[in-house]
Amino acid sequence: MAVDTAPTRPVEAPARPASRFTGFLRERGLLLLGIAFIIVYCLAPFYWMIVSSLKANPLLDQSLFPTSPTMTNYKEVFSSDNNFQYALRNSVIIAGTTTILALFIGVFSAYALARLQFRAKKVVLGAVLATAMFPLIALLTPLFQLFSRLGWIDTYPPMIISNISFTLPLAIYVLTSFFSEMPWELEMAAKVDGATPGQAFRKVIVPLAAPGVFTAAIIVFIAAWNEFLIAFTMTQTLAAEPVTVAIAKFTGASEFEQPFGTIMAAGVLVTIPLVIVVLIFQRRIVSGLTAGGVKG
Amino acid sequence: MATETVRPGRVRRRPGPVQTSEGQRAEARLAFYLLIPTGIVLAVIIAYPVIRAIWLSLNSDARFGTSEFVGLDNYIRAFTGTGAEAFWSAFVFTTQLTIVTVVLELVIGFAMALIMNKAFTGRGLVRAAVLVPWAIPTAVAAKLWEWNFTPDGIVNQVFRTDILWTASHWSSFWAIVVADVWKTAPFIALLVLAGLQIIPSEVYEAAKVDGATALQSFRRITLPLVKSAVVVAVLFRMLDVLRIFDLPFILTNGANQTETLSTLSYKESIQQLHPGYGSALSTITFVYIILAAFLVNSLARADVVKAQGGR
Repeated sequence: MAVDTAPTRPVEAPARPASRFTGFLRERGLLLLGIAFIIVYCLAPFYWMIVSSLKANPLLDQSLFPTSPTMTNYKEVFSSDNNFQYALRNSVIIAGTTTILALFIGVFSAYALARLQFRAKKVVLGAVLATAMFPLIALLTPLFQLFSRLGWIDTYPPMIISNISFTLPLAIYVLTSFFSEMPWELEMAAKVDGATPGQAFRKVIVPLAAPGVFTAAIIVFIAAWNEFLIAFTMTQTLAAEPVTVAIAKFTGASEFEQPFGTIMAAGVLVTIPLVIVVLIFQRRIVSGLTAGGVKG
Repeated sequence: MATETVRPGRVRRRPGPVQTSEGQRAEARLAFYLLIPTGIVLAVIIAYPVIRAIWLSLNSDARFGTSEFVGLDNYIRAFTGTGAEAFWSAFVFTTQLTIVTVVLELVIGFAMALIMNKAFTGRGLVRAAVLVPWAIPTAVAAKLWEWNFTPDGIVNQVFRTDILWTASHWSSFWAIVVADVWKTAPFIALLVLAGLQIIPSEVYEAAKVDGATALQSFRRITLPLVKSAVVVAVLFRMLDVLRIFDLPFILTNGANQTETLSTLSYKESIQQLHPGYGSALSTITFVYIILAAFLVNSLARADVVKAQGGR
């Protein structure tokens, strides 16, 4: 786990020395209670998803621990009824391509917005950020009609192209705030040494920006990986369906009894990689998500 | 459009020597070239569909080919005509959902941020835990909560209740609220925490020396100084809930008047193949979201957040 280097505030000393120790204890106690609340709030439902996925019949067995853990549900996820491996492959291709495209296009704009002076900057920033507001539903009908007419339903391009509509603004947003944080002097120095703005961009900024770009890639990838509405609209079969749609469509033997054990197992499989990434890069992700928000 | 709505990252004036106009022009030219790809892409994927959807909304419902221009008929149908009942139900439901979830998320998220702002070991671990609900796909979270809210599920078991959560309007409402608040309150916590962390501790120490109580410090220092972070968080979340789709679609699928504006638009335009009427509904949703964003933004400017904090 990453060591936290954020500035910490010293515990405030109470006014009366006699109560210092009990005051300290009470404050620590409350704090621990608060931390416990946060952890339980965030992780209990996730824990329950894992526990349910390990039970042979979660509908009948509601115990808080998997008394006799089984992998049956995980086998069922990949059985011929569900063929989840195709959905995983599709999600990797769709989210991966979306991420690469959004970053490739976004990185140029973010550089311009963070570093260059031009008159229409506020308008451009406003327009990019306004697109974050767009309800996907407002774009969906025309895009669906367009891709139907092209015969592209059940292929990857409709999802990748439509995903760009919300991942590109997100990428620009995160990248712009990262680029604004980078040291100015180095670019200036390069220019003093005779580099053109283009050269300064390629030779100085790109290597410096790599960590920010990487963080933006994680955030954009997670957004694309989690997308449901577009994928649900643009797919009809397993051919191009990503995991989110596949999980929503899982059916069991009976119409009235959903295979929740299998669904939870699929949910765990889809979420575990994201959780691992989040555990490793939590500092970066948090700064990427919040950098633009607070400094107004 | 909405230039002032969401504040972007800090854009600093360039320090250093005064530039020649030649340099400025070169810089502006480079900026223009760098922005071209984004401009083209957003024009094709966003501007075209939005304009096309507005056009579709002014036409009758024939899917391909023979649709005809009907003016505002589709809008009249939604507001006062045959679609009015379903539309206003979705409108009210979406609005209620937005107000309740955003308020709950703000309260819980704020509390979490205050806790996380205290110094303690293992803060990294807590921050990672907070990111877990954010990282889980909404579709998976919806299935998880559908499972939790089954009649014999964990929610009824823990609270020793016997509620058929997804079988009536208000219990469905609260099921959606709980699922959404669980997933997104941690996100608000992170935004507020980032706001808290830029308040220098000297300010609190000075207030303490002046004899301020903890409550006074919170009201007079913390609230005003995190205001901008809170406004951004509220705006983000509000716009998100107003267009909410995945969660209600999977959790209740519109049963018992739990249709939201997005799920209703989706069902009309994609499932019922009514591109005209469906586009009218999605355009109304879109306009409603823009109006709500402007409203919250101007309220925030009028220092309402501060005034409420001072109660």
